[in-house]
Amino acid sequence: MSLKAGRFKYFKEELIENAIRLTALSAIVSIFLIFLFVFKESMPVLYDQVVRQEATVAGFFRGLDWQPVSEYPRYSFWPIILGSLKVTLIAMLFAVPVAVGAALFSAEFAPARLKEVIKPMVEVLAGIPSVVLGFFALIFMATFLQRLFGWHIRLNAVNAGLALGVTIIPPIYSLCEDAISSVPRSFREAALGLGATPWQTALHVVLPAALPGISAAVLLGMGRAIGETMVVLMAAGNAPQFTFDILHSTRTITATIAAELGEVVFGSAHYHTLFFLGLLLFAVTFVINLVSWSLFDRLMAKLYGARN
Amino acid sequence: MAGSTADRIDITGFNLYYHATRALEDITLAIPEREVTAIIGPSGCGKSTLLRAINRMNDLIDGVRTDGGLRLDGEDIYQRGIDVVELRRKVGMVFQRPNPFPKSIYENVAFGVRMGGNGLLKTRLDEVVERSLKEAAIWDEVRDRLQRSAMELSGGQQQRVCIARALAVEPEVILMDEPASALDPLATAKIEELIFRLKEKYTIVIVTHNMQQAARVSDRTAFLMLGRLIEYDKTSKIFTSPSNKLTEEYITGRFG
Repeated sequence: MSLKAGRFKYFKEELIENAIRLTALSAIVSIFLIFLFVFKESMPVLYDQVVRQEATVAGFFRGLDWQPVSEYPRYSFWPIILGSLKVTLIAMLFAVPVAVGAALFSAEFAPARLKEVIKPMVEVLAGIPSVVLGFFALIFMATFLQRLFGWHIRLNAVNAGLALGVTIIPPIYSLCEDAISSVPRSFREAALGLGATPWQTALHVVLPAALPGISAAVLLGMGRAIGETMVVLMAAGNAPQFTFDILHSTRTITATIAAELGEVVFGSAHYHTLFFLGLLLFAVTFVINLVSWSLFDRLMAKLYGARN
Repeated sequence: MAGSTADRIDITGFNLYYHATRALEDITLAIPEREVTAIIGPSGCGKSTLLRAINRMNDLIDGVRTDGGLRLDGEDIYQRGIDVVELRRKVGMVFQRPNPFPKSIYENVAFGVRMGGNGLLKTRLDEVVERSLKEAAIWDEVRDRLQRSAMELSGGQQQRVCIARALAVEPEVILMDEPASALDPLATAKIEELIFRLKEKYTIVIVTHNMQQAARVSDRTAFLMLGRLIEYDKTSKIFTSPSNKLTEEYITGRFG
């Protein structure tokens, strides 16, 4: 009997394989198309004469006013870039210690039963729609914080930053927890065997060994924070002012796009400007992801040597 | 046992339970100072468990209970109020697989001293690192790259760095859990030479599944089976004329 297979014997196999290949490809293709679309819509600020009378790339980085709907529209990116930076920084300052601390606790110190409670709870937190969190920050948290600290402005960068921090705690926690849990048990035994206390072991052996994963987690969290929209749109007060005061209302890049793109005149200078802003955001998050990967590789090489 | 040397570790009627099962049964043996004592026996006989009982490494495992006596220099290490951290500084450990920290060679060796928190001056610490690496017979191979990651070394070199790391804390007893089983024959020979020299200063307890190794390096041998101590005597006696039939069958390779 010949071993040659009939032509259609594995037809079903091939069909299934190609179908799942298509789903994988479609994900890549759609990302590429989105990028292409944003890129195309933002380019008129470089070449379209009519658009360039109002908005140019040089103009985006001149002046300090974002006033797209006035008689003489001004499109300075500085106030909203600063807004994004302020809110992200506050979110990171709040979320990173909480997330890393919680991950260290649940991976190193928590008894098994407590750990089984913490992990699902954090996952539930990740499942809260950001609009609900924004709503909570807008109505309840802002008032609470204002009363507590006597702030003049209810919706400000700190309020938004804290709410934003809550949205990025779960992903940072989960990635850090994985990184810490995957530190080999033999490192812990070695440290304890040398007479280190459990806390010294966690701080001087486990955390440094997990550092590549932790730093990647922190950077990915930062990318998420910069890209998050709904919470900051609701909780930051949305005034695009150029000020370093974190107790003033502020507006982020994402909130600007979300708030204005719905009402903009198609094809206008404002429209293309918003797309350019989107391109900038895209570039920033892309660079953060790249940095995160390369930092991970570099730290791994430094810690574990060139052999691994 | 002729008591020419003092007994450092004194184990009497020691039991260890893992949940409901008894992993060590009524172990009684005295380990003399500055000798190498080997613990041999078939897989799962409890030899590693017994070794780890001596620095209370079993504490890390849930569901472990012990009773009976285990004394270090006359002090029961399982009594209430024992400082386990101090105990482990006195009783160092070398593990089966080389497990250097993902840090530089220098930092690996300095680790225990730093954690002890006696705030040594940098020059003093340098001396401790150098002395320990020399003692572990690895100094010449790593002196030029102390700041490189210890993970870049070969397995045998890593294991000697791990030994240096244990020596830096100035322990009195060193426990070795199959320290050469993950190494090639040449690296194994180096470790064995090292053990031979270290016994001038330290009391060494070594677990091994390699009987030739036990015969080569140890002064005394304990044979364990199914959690019981079958025979404990001078190594020369165990390997030439064991008193127990089981011991004889094991060392002649009839099972194990």
